[in-house]
Amino acid sequence: MDVSSMQATATAKREPLLSIKGLKTHFATRAGVVKAVDGVDIELGRGEILGLVGESGSGKSITGFSILGLIDPPGRIVDGSIDYDGFDLVSMGEEARRQLRGNDIAMIFQDPSMTLNPVLRIDTQLIETVQAHAEVSTAEARQRARDALVQVGIPSPDERLKAYPYELSGGMRQRIAIAIALINKPKLIIADEPTTALDVSIQGQIIYEVKQLCRKTGTALIWITHDLAVVAGLADRISVMYAGRIVETGITADVIERPLHPYTQGLIDSVPSHATRGRRLHQIKGMTPSLLNLPQGCAFRERCERATPECLVAPEPTLLPGGKSVRCWNPAL
Amino acid sequence: MPVFIINRLFQAFGVILVMSVLVFVGLYLIGDPTSMLVSPEATEIERQALRKALGLDQSIWVQYLTFLGNAAQGDFGRSFLTGQPALQLIIERMPATVELVIVAMTFSVLVGVPLGILAGLRPKAPSSKAIMTGSILGFSLPNFWIGLMLIMLFAVYLGVLPASARGETVSVGPVALSILTIDGWQHLALPALTLGLAKAALMIRVTRAATREVLPMDYIKFARAKGLRPSRILNVHLLKNILIPIITVAGLEFGQAIAFAVVTESVFSWPGMGKLLIDSIITLDRPVVVAYLIMMVFFLVILNLVVDILYMAIDPSAREKVRD
Repeated sequence: MDVSSMQATATAKREPLLSIKGLKTHFATRAGVVKAVDGVDIELGRGEILGLVGESGSGKSITGFSILGLIDPPGRIVDGSIDYDGFDLVSMGEEARRQLRGNDIAMIFQDPSMTLNPVLRIDTQLIETVQAHAEVSTAEARQRARDALVQVGIPSPDERLKAYPYELSGGMRQRIAIAIALINKPKLIIADEPTTALDVSIQGQIIYEVKQLCRKTGTALIWITHDLAVVAGLADRISVMYAGRIVETGITADVIERPLHPYTQGLIDSVPSHATRGRRLHQIKGMTPSLLNLPQGCAFRERCERATPECLVAPEPTLLPGGKSVRCWNPAL
Repeated sequence: MPVFIINRLFQAFGVILVMSVLVFVGLYLIGDPTSMLVSPEATEIERQALRKALGLDQSIWVQYLTFLGNAAQGDFGRSFLTGQPALQLIIERMPATVELVIVAMTFSVLVGVPLGILAGLRPKAPSSKAIMTGSILGFSLPNFWIGLMLIMLFAVYLGVLPASARGETVSVGPVALSILTIDGWQHLALPALTLGLAKAALMIRVTRAATREVLPMDYIKFARAKGLRPSRILNVHLLKNILIPIITVAGLEFGQAIAFAVVTESVFSWPGMGKLLIDSIITLDRPVVVAYLIMMVFFLVILNLVVDILYMAIDPSAREKVRD
């Protein structure tokens, strides 16, 4: 662990920036209630980087959108609290929440070809983000926009400011989305699989740069991904999500080297590495359960090799020394 | 860009050529205009003389080529009925129609687009359902019926608006306009409403569909994540993206209304071009019909060109496609 992340972990203990407790975001559909997020606890310190890992449909993106208050009907936060820097984000009024969005808490989306408005110039999209939160002149806002592009390593920023999104490559667009996220110097960025749609080489660059920028500016980051390998080199801590719940949380190295939960173990075993070269990769047996019809008790029970009769009752998170937490009756201790 | 415009104009001439042949042959097959022009007691010799005077004794192809030759010099022939140049007849009637259609289209866009956005933003709200039901009525009720009902309500029962004809006009150069006088507006109100209601209903549906399509887009969610004010998201991020289908439909409807506002003009005895076209078709007044249709094709091509240029103003990637 490097010094900065040790400091980050230390501050985290003093006063968390974000504290989510028992968050439940459900969607009332015709087929029934989809419990996309069903009791999530997250604690994040200032400047800390958290990797939120899970398969598609595990509720990780919905967790991100819940923090920003961007859940649209039929979805609704039905229970739990989201405390951000002293604000209660769940009960907060819409206008107050708008003032936090993009200013204190920013988000980067998955597909850069869809996040920028196709009919607006890049400068417009950056400037409006500044002016939505601060009474500054357009000239001043344009200067900040230019600085933000320079910050994310975009060459010839003046030209890019005048471009339309379709004139730029996917990697370039994602950098611009990152510049938009950084422009108002937020305290927290939620990045929802921002590199999934990009080339592998660009992926690495962007991950590296975002990490550097967050460290430099002291911005906390929640990096949502399905790829454990991506967050291994990025995050201070990892939370693993399964079927709307966080099943395991811990310091990155701990989670990867000594996973407690059988699902985490399964995820790690299915990542290709030198040790597994030439052999068939491990596969978690069974399918992700439908969120409409979760099995009774632990949602992972039916796919689990360690399942016991106890698992018919849903386990509560068990706190362990070293900031670890696991939701399992039979953790690998 | 200039290449693009020139291409379009060439296409226009092609369309005009094909259409003029069709109209020529069509009207030739329908019947002999001289039977409309001479008295029933006229002798065959008198009829022959008239045919010769109008050039109808020639074969259809000679007539057509003569027409083409003259048209190339800007002469579209004279009305069989009145002897006035066909073009002049049409141009005299044009301001009345254009005025009526512009007022009707403005009404339909100003009413249809906001209501459509409203219905698109909250599709399940009772107000949205009311708007959509209204729009179904708006374009399924026949035009003439709406016109008659409006006359009955406003002209007969309430007696607040005149039922027919154009109001007082003011000459602006060679053009007589009635939108500059109060009397003119009073006369315009009912026909414009009749024409505009069905168009507004269509605009509502187009705008609603476009809104429903754009709203779930990531860039709208991203705009919200940036903390933009709802008014900015609506007026810039949403509106700019739904403008393309709106402009397409508004452009088509505008052209259609200019060329064929016949029903409304008939109901309200509005002295516009639509009325002229119907009268000319009935009397088989071929020069007027042909000249009218050629002008309309030309007008529609120009209108489409304007719509395409508007696209380019809105959609930056459309600009790229014509940059050659």
